[in-house]
Amino acid sequence: MVRGSSVVTGGSGRRNTLPGFGLTMGLTLTWLSVIILIPLAGLFLKTFELSFAEFANIVTSRRTLNALKISFGLAFAAALVNLVMGSIVVWALVRYRFPGRRIFDAIVDIPFALPTAVAGIALTSLFAQKGWLGAPLAELGIKVAFTPLGIFIAMIFIGIPFVVRTVQPVLIDLDPEIEEAAASLGANRWQTIWRVILPSLIPALLTGFALAFARAVGEYGSVIFIAGNLPNVSEIAPLLIVIRLSEFRYADATAIAVVMLVAAFLIILVVNRLQHWAQMRIPVH
Amino acid sequence: MTIELTNITKRFGAFAALDGVDLRIADGELLALLGPSGSGKTTLLRIIAGLDWPDGGDVSFDGENALARGAGERQVGFVFQHYALFRHMTVFENVAFGLRVKPRAIRKDEAGIRARVKELLDLVQLDWLADRYPTQLSGGQRQRIALARALATEPRILLLDEPFGALDAKVRKELRRWLRSLHEEINVTSVFVTHDQEDALEVANRVVVMDKGKIEQIGTPGEVYDYPATAFVHGFIGESVVLPVNVTEGRVWIGNQPLNIAAPNVGGPSKLYVRRHDMQVGSESIGLRGAVRHVRSFGAIQRADIAVCAGGNETVIEIDTPRDHALRTGETVELHPRRYRIFAD
Ligand SMILES: Nc1ncnc2c1ncn2[C@@H]1O[C@H](COP(=O)(O)OP(=O)(O)O)[C@@H](O)[C@H]1O
Ligand SMILES: [Mg+2]
Repeated sequence: MVRGSSVVTGGSGRRNTLPGFGLTMGLTLTWLSVIILIPLAGLFLKTFELSFAEFANIVTSRRTLNALKISFGLAFAAALVNLVMGSIVVWALVRYRFPGRRIFDAIVDIPFALPTAVAGIALTSLFAQKGWLGAPLAELGIKVAFTPLGIFIAMIFIGIPFVVRTVQPVLIDLDPEIEEAAASLGANRWQTIWRVILPSLIPALLTGFALAFARAVGEYGSVIFIAGNLPNVSEIAPLLIVIRLSEFRYADATAIAVVMLVAAFLIILVVNRLQHWAQMRIPVH
Repeated sequence: MTIELTNITKRFGAFAALDGVDLRIADGELLALLGPSGSGKTTLLRIIAGLDWPDGGDVSFDGENALARGAGERQVGFVFQHYALFRHMTVFENVAFGLRVKPRAIRKDEAGIRARVKELLDLVQLDWLADRYPTQLSGGQRQRIALARALATEPRILLLDEPFGALDAKVRKELRRWLRSLHEEINVTSVFVTHDQEDALEVANRVVVMDKGKIEQIGTPGEVYDYPATAFVHGFIGESVVLPVNVTEGRVWIGNQPLNIAAPNVGGPSKLYVRRHDMQVGSESIGLRGAVRHVRSFGAIQRADIAVCAGGNETVIEIDTPRDHALRTGETVELHPRRYRIFAD
């Protein structure tokens, strides 16, 4: 099966048709090391200041476990919501022409561009007891600000552009003829969407989901304003790390960080495998 | 099933892609739509299939208005130019698609679907590819799978857009022969689009020649080749030699030289069309002569560039003559068209 990119292997004795292999490869490795690998290694090294028992103690403490559960659980749920809603938004933006479409398209990028603290304050005031949305919701007995629900909403807010922007170009590029083929073969609109379009979008949807999830897990700025930050209830893991740091408990902080890192890594790995599997089923030319 | 198109018009903005097309397709016919790129062939095919709607005119199948029905309800099998196979499905699932999306009440059961798909894969002689994905197939194989997919639901009409377009010469020849015999076997009313005259003349029972959104001529391959109705058809089908002439009072002039040929029903500035192989050298004089510029020989023929003085200008034509009559560069020769047509400009 032929994969999408052309790959130039270098370093063998043979002359390479693409020049600059040594230079670009060297720069790439150096750059990735300085920017990503060395800081991560530092993180791991820091945890070695702890004995294994101490490490286990920290990461299995009730507060840590709850913080991790909140961060990962809500991020996962938010990414799922973004997957569904993001797909619908993409569909509308790509397939329909309506007044204000360009404006809506631009609005999708706001969570990308907005400083997270600004987003946090905006969401908090919107969902506060007396806020525009908070007040009517309070009437219904739903409290958003300073509860896990608030965290959930902030995570949805910051994750939506990831799904939209990864899926949008793929849907745009989708050959309209495959839909016409389906229609001509007697498929109705839903069957076409369900059996033909959606399966073609799966790799992009998975990528969008993974990115939205990763961003939500790591989100700090916009969440802490609306979260209330009650330990065990609405305290996210990144905040717990900051708290430990401010208490000068650096090893504790890094222990939690390492757990987050490993968990995030495993999730990315799983998504990557899924993507690979989906890609195998929809080989590119 | 018979298809009747009446006065079909289709515009894209101000541009008329189809301009008053009338066409009757008989039951069981294998018809070719032949024309240069951009002449509106695909647009016409899509209108028959219900993938596009005309701005004016009627489409009827067996006398019933087809425009009232959507693409899925017309029982038309459409083979797209670039196949439009579902890349995430195996060959088997591609062919099964039309069977699986049928309403539950009339859907075959799984065993029935399997049997039908197997039947079709056998028909296109590709049953051994059932588990492959479309991207793992060659162009010719994809073409046949697209055909099998279109045939699975037993359409009443089969439409193929440039079925030989993307294939190399050898595969093309095989597929032509195969398509013909397939049509003889299943005998469903079929229309295929091509810009290649050989495809049309070799495969079809009847050829519709199109240009600029209009039908130029409809006829059997022999008719459109031997009796082209318009200058366009003459120029488009077969190899033609074209000379500018002037017709006054039934007399044909090339420059100020009268030609001893008849020009019924034509007047004024015109073009003399002769098939390349119909232009003979040196037999008798009709007043048409030219200077041999260049000669090359291969096989049984020699091909010569001959400069004919037409008015103030020179027109260089390329003709084929038998080798036994050797031509020398520089000599002046008499040209005699065995058969010819004159069309007014
Ligand atoms: N969707 C479209 N929008 C605008 N112009 C179109 C569209 N489809 C076809 N055309 C134009 O209509 C003309 C006929 O197109 P087509 O039927 O595809 O020609 P053919 O198949 O004979 O090459 C072309 O000039 C093409 O540019
Ligand atoms: Mg075309």
